Amino acid sequence: MSNVIYMDNNATTRVAPEVVETMLPYFSEYYGNPSSMHTFGHKVGVAITEARSNIAQLLGCDPDELIFTSCGTESDSTALLSAIHANPEKRHIVTTRVEHPAVKNLAENLQSMTGHKYRVTQLAVDDEGMLDLAEYEEALSDETAIVSVMWANNETGVIFPVEKMAEIALSRGILFHTDAVQAVGKVPINLQESSINFLSLSGHKLHAPKGVGVLYVRKGTPYAPFLVGGHQEHGRRGGTENSASIIGLGKACELAAKHMTDENTRVKMLRDKLEESLLRIVPNSMLNGHKTERLPNTSNISFEYIEGESILLHLNTHKICASSGSACTSGSLEPSHVLRAMGVPFTAAHGSIRFSLSVFNTEDEVDYVIDKLPAIIKKLRDMSPFWANKGEN
Amino acid sequence: MWDYTEKVQEHFLNPRNVGVLKDANAIGEVGSLSCGDALKLMLKVDEKEIISDAKFQTFGCASAIASSSALTEMIKGITLTEAEKVTNEDIADFLGGLPKEKMHCSVMGREALEAAIANYRGIVLPMAEGEIICECFGVTDLEVKRAVQESNLRTVEEVTNFTKAGGGCGKCHDRITEIISQTLRSPSQKIVPLKGPRRMTNIQKIKLIEEALEREIRPTLRKDGGDIELIDVDGDFVVVSLRGSCGSCAKSQTTLKEYVEKKLREQVLDTLIVEEEKG
Repeated sequence: MSNVIYMDNNATTRVAPEVVETMLPYFSEYYGNPSSMHTFGHKVGVAITEARSNIAQLLGCDPDELIFTSCGTESDSTALLSAIHANPEKRHIVTTRVEHPAVKNLAENLQSMTGHKYRVTQLAVDDEGMLDLAEYEEALSDETAIVSVMWANNETGVIFPVEKMAEIALSRGILFHTDAVQAVGKVPINLQESSINFLSLSGHKLHAPKGVGVLYVRKGTPYAPFLVGGHQEHGRRGGTENSASIIGLGKACELAAKHMTDENTRVKMLRDKLEESLLRIVPNSMLNGHKTERLPNTSNISFEYIEGESILLHLNTHKICASSGSACTSGSLEPSHVLRAMGVPFTAAHGSIRFSLSVFNTEDEVDYVIDKLPAIIKKLRDMSPFWANKGEN
Repeated sequence: MWDYTEKVQEHFLNPRNVGVLKDANAIGEVGSLSCGDALKLMLKVDEKEIISDAKFQTFGCASAIASSSALTEMIKGITLTEAEKVTNEDIADFLGGLPKEKMHCSVMGREALEAAIANYRGIVLPMAEGEIICECFGVTDLEVKRAVQESNLRTVEEVTNFTKAGGGCGKCHDRITEIISQTLRSPSQKIVPLKGPRRMTNIQKIKLIEEALEREIRPTLRKDGGDIELIDVDGDFVVVSLRGSCGSCAKSQTTLKEYVEKKLREQVLDTLIVEEEKG
């Protein structure tokens, strides 16, 4: 598949060519086990140390505070379960209604599957997807074991004030976790100056391969391993290191630090051009999520009276890749929980399309989408029984 | 991405008979904006009751649009009596099959066709008279029952795939399970909700299990010189100990699962799992 226009980078990203190049020797040439006593294996250990230090630099933390995992979901589970393990007497978890399923479903399972041993508060969001900090402060109690709030939302790109929220949690003696898989590389992060206890990141969201993640655990934070086994990661996560991917992630973080400005200027400009043009050209279209408190690469637009999957499959015929929060694409029969939490009307939620750009996108690609999409929307609306009678709805 | 057949993709990208049929004399409308799909089917029926023209407007995903397009192609030129025999399976077959999660799109096509025919004949569809059991998608017990019978459905998930019932909040899952088991047991009888509370406390459960053991299970086992004792109930797990000749019987596992568990599921709770006390 060549000349695909890939605007689904919040789902996953292309592995950067420099990352692939860095990884390749660790499959065939340097395949040793980093735990081995011989120089051959040790060489891999040295490369992992270097990767760890590159990642620590991007996050503004100490390399020792990082644990390699298999994915963002494992990092999230490890953080939450570790916190409740450390505070067995505390039976309350605070999170949001718009979390990724990796946190949302885990919290809901803790509530329903442990005989209601855990109480979960899911903070509401307003129609722009923003949290109410007063509601957050009220939700915290002596019972709260951990707060888990995503740094940036995967569907709308809305950014939450997690650094401030972590400080509030700390002042109440409560642990704070943030799922930052969408934020890392796009938002400047300096963990040393924050009160965040746990942070999850995922390699494949920032041009490293799938199957590698990181959990940051602040020094002094009580910790219990999720995968118990060998002495890898100082006993904090058993299992032989996914060496090549870890080394690739190190390179990807080095590149992300370099590209941070590009993400926030050129990529943002492309996103804005796409968004403003579509909202201007297509009637009955609207932006989902706060206009400014948002990742520079994400745009979530609803096209009323039509259904997202149909839009995506028409885009697909033009080799344009995006995603949707409609029911038919969510694998359930209801539209995205994020859009529902924001109170997006059903007339619009079913027809939502998310474009998520990366440094690999070009202005020509954006122009191509602006050229193709309005005709698709028109074709589907002409077919919709609701479009002609929209005044009645 | 869904695994759509080429025919589904082709009917989606180039749907036949889209638009408004000005002189339609049979119109069927099903679905809604909030449900995520809707179909307005417009037919022109001539004096011989032959469908001389058909057009549609659809809001929905690719398979909803393809199912609508397929339906109009299938019914143009046939009589209403023939059209009445068109099932959702026929629509899916015409398209070379639909992903199982998308079967409700073909059901929507068939429902619109029925609604259009009823509209032409000026009658009220019996399906609409059922009791709404799925509030999220407005599905009645009669619709669920028919889907269970016609498409041979056995699980809540399958019912959701075909009718959408149970695809939202999930509150009606127990009710759907009841309808499935009642439909399978007595296909012709009217559906009545099962008596008694669905969520039992452990104490209620233990009491009912003891009663079932005493009433029927123990007497049967005793006939063969065996006996059974209830040891513990933990959630759905019922731990028992087989005594007498049952304890040493080579078929004790079969007795446990095929007889004791089956009886307890029928009489107490259909999710119970019976296990023998270990060592």
